[in-house]
Amino acid sequence: MLWLLFFLVTAIHAELCQPDAENAFKVRLSLRTALGDKAYAWDTNEEYLFKAMVAFSMRRVPNREATEISHVLLCNVTQRVSFWFVVTDPSRNHTLPAVEVQSAIRMNRNRINNAFFLNDQTLEFLRIPSTLAPPTDPSVPIWIIIFGVVFCIVIVATMLLILSGIRQRRRENKGPSEMEDTEDKWENTITIENGIPCDPLDMKGGHVNDAFVTEDERLTPL
Amino acid sequence: MDEARPLWATPLQFVFACISYAVGLGNVWRFPYLCQMYGGGSFLVPYIIMLAVEGMPLLYLELAVGQRMRQGSIGAWRTISPYLSGVGVASVVVSFFLSMYYNVINAWAFWYLFHSFQDPLPWSVCPLNGNRTGYDEECEKASSTQYFWYRKTLNISPSIQESGAVQWEPALCLILAWLLVYLCILRGTESTGKMEQLANPKAWINAATQIFFSLGLGFGSLIAFASYNEPSNDCQKHTVIVSIINSSTSIFASVVTFSIYGFKATFNYESCLNKVILLLTNSFDLEDGFLTVSNLEEVKSYLASAYPSKYSEVFPQIKNCSLESELETAVQGTGLAFIVYTEAIKNMEVSQLWSVLYFFMLLMLGIGSMLGNTAAILTPLTDSKVISSYLPKEAISGLVCLVNCAIGLVFTMEAGNYWFDIFNDYAATLSLLLIVLVETVAVCYLYGLRRFESDLKAMTGHALNWYWKAMWGGVSPLLIISLFVFYLSDYIITGTLQYQAWDASQGQLVTKDYPPYALAIIGLLVASSTMCIPLGALGTFIVRHLKRGDTASVA
Repeated sequence: MLWLLFFLVTAIHAELCQPDAENAFKVRLSLRTALGDKAYAWDTNEEYLFKAMVAFSMRRVPNREATEISHVLLCNVTQRVSFWFVVTDPSRNHTLPAVEVQSAIRMNRNRINNAFFLNDQTLEFLRIPSTLAPPTDPSVPIWIIIFGVVFCIVIVATMLLILSGIRQRRRENKGPSEMEDTEDKWENTITIENGIPCDPLDMKGGHVNDAFVTEDERLTPL
Repeated sequence: MDEARPLWATPLQFVFACISYAVGLGNVWRFPYLCQMYGGGSFLVPYIIMLAVEGMPLLYLELAVGQRMRQGSIGAWRTISPYLSGVGVASVVVSFFLSMYYNVINAWAFWYLFHSFQDPLPWSVCPLNGNRTGYDEECEKASSTQYFWYRKTLNISPSIQESGAVQWEPALCLILAWLLVYLCILRGTESTGKMEQLANPKAWINAATQIFFSLGLGFGSLIAFASYNEPSNDCQKHTVIVSIINSSTSIFASVVTFSIYGFKATFNYESCLNKVILLLTNSFDLEDGFLTVSNLEEVKSYLASAYPSKYSEVFPQIKNCSLESELETAVQGTGLAFIVYTEAIKNMEVSQLWSVLYFFMLLMLGIGSMLGNTAAILTPLTDSKVISSYLPKEAISGLVCLVNCAIGLVFTMEAGNYWFDIFNDYAATLSLLLIVLVETVAVCYLYGLRRFESDLKAMTGHALNWYWKAMWGGVSPLLIISLFVFYLSDYIITGTLQYQAWDASQGQLVTKDYPPYALAIIGLLVASSTMCIPLGALGTFIVRHLKRGDTASVA
């Protein structure tokens, strides 16, 4: 009698958990890719842990706090390692709707991954997309900061060059005009020797020195 | 006029200015592509022959003309013959077009440089989509580097007709690039040296073209640089130095580019294999780590025989990974610089360092060439008494930079990259060939080769080698004529011109036809520079005729 019941139960279970069954999900693990030499073997104990994690995730859904480990059924375990699982309700006759299982797994994905030392790529739940972490966005994009620094340096350098160019040109303009001032000053100074002003030779035009010229000799004799 | 002309402090400065002008982005992104397309090392044969036969003679010609005439391009050609003033104007017009769009490349280099100071590099990861369940769709279909280039940098529109708005981020970078150029040219061209204290007939045609454009002939920049030389300067020696350094840089850049290609190809090949391995492992639930690169083929054949139905389901998705096909992808231009290189860099260790170094190098190359270009525009302007009497040198430079920057903002619009490609492909190609042809013919036959030879002898003290005379007189003009005829017939034969547009939904480039107004602008670009030559000659002829008519009537 007991054997019959056992077979019945396993038969029902077998029907509930099958590849492509309603509300069933395929799980795929890549242990060697993730852990290399430190990869552990996938045995029934690991499967027990998996069932526990799924049950834990379901228990966090409101109205499903009564989910037990025995409600999670695994089947078709392959060498890959991959298998299918379903979550049944307490009566063990129906499987929980896929949507509920999906949302429960998504919410606790991180905990499940960490329990197995895996990540989203090496512990895959097919048909349950994982929420990807967005890249950290600083409030001010970094490139604008660097742009601002380079921009300011270039502007400052340009201003300096322009100003120095203007200053140089102003100095050149002042140079020739200063030269003209000194020449004027030279013309205006009156040489003084022993308190007697000497007239510079080029100031006065030609003068006839009466001491040397007589009236007769003014005109050249023939 | 001679006494006030500024001079290079040492001949070395002049050489550095020429080198920094000639060694530009073309050495990095055009020459390696040509090597790859035309047989790798064997491309060097036509390249070196063309360098000796076409590149060096024409470079020497331009430097000699500039040094002899001691004026910018407009004044120099007017001195050779008044009917040739159009040649100088054409050079300035082409330089103007070039400076309009070339600085946009520096703006992009700045953009990438500023973004290199992040971990992870922004072009190495795709952004997430709306509900954070996966990556952005466009990024998935293309790759993260392509997405960053087409979406984040350019924000490109699907076609040239949809112009979109000016993007403020690249516009800011463009303004910065122009400020930097202004800073460098502020004190005049002579300060640019101080700042730098640096088989197949298609193969032959491309070698000739590459040498021609790589040395920057015909823009008037070399004439401008040489005009600031001492008359006794030995520009023959400098010609050889500049052209050899330019070519060596191209070859060196090819070596680097090919190693980057190799790295990228190997990386992609290995990722492809890993993807195939993962696909087979998941489809057949094989043990993780069982399938490796070495046993892939035998396992594939085993699976094909053991599970034929399942294998035929999976088969279409299995890509045939081949290292050869990865190596064959040849890219040139902005695609190489901003997509392929960044993809290689993101996979390297300490990628931020390589990224900063690489884009700094691009900036140095680009700014160096920009300074030569602006020199080509500014030297004739500052030489002209009319303009320089009204405005000081700083104001003229500032005005030129401002006008170019304002027009350059067109290239920061969403469709800007398409207009950039138009300018890049058509603004300089045909016009330059014509300009340099007219220059060579003018010096040899209008001015007189013997007269020029005696001028050079009086100026430098050395006699002119027979090799240069032979090249100037016969070989180089013939070469340019054949290049010109080839390109003209090529344009006519291909009919309507097409361009590559980025399709965001597919995540790849698609070919589209240019709309009529874009074709009109292309025609205008080519015509506005080439027409200057005959118009200049015509103008001088009319003015002379009128003057002669006046004097005749007075007498």
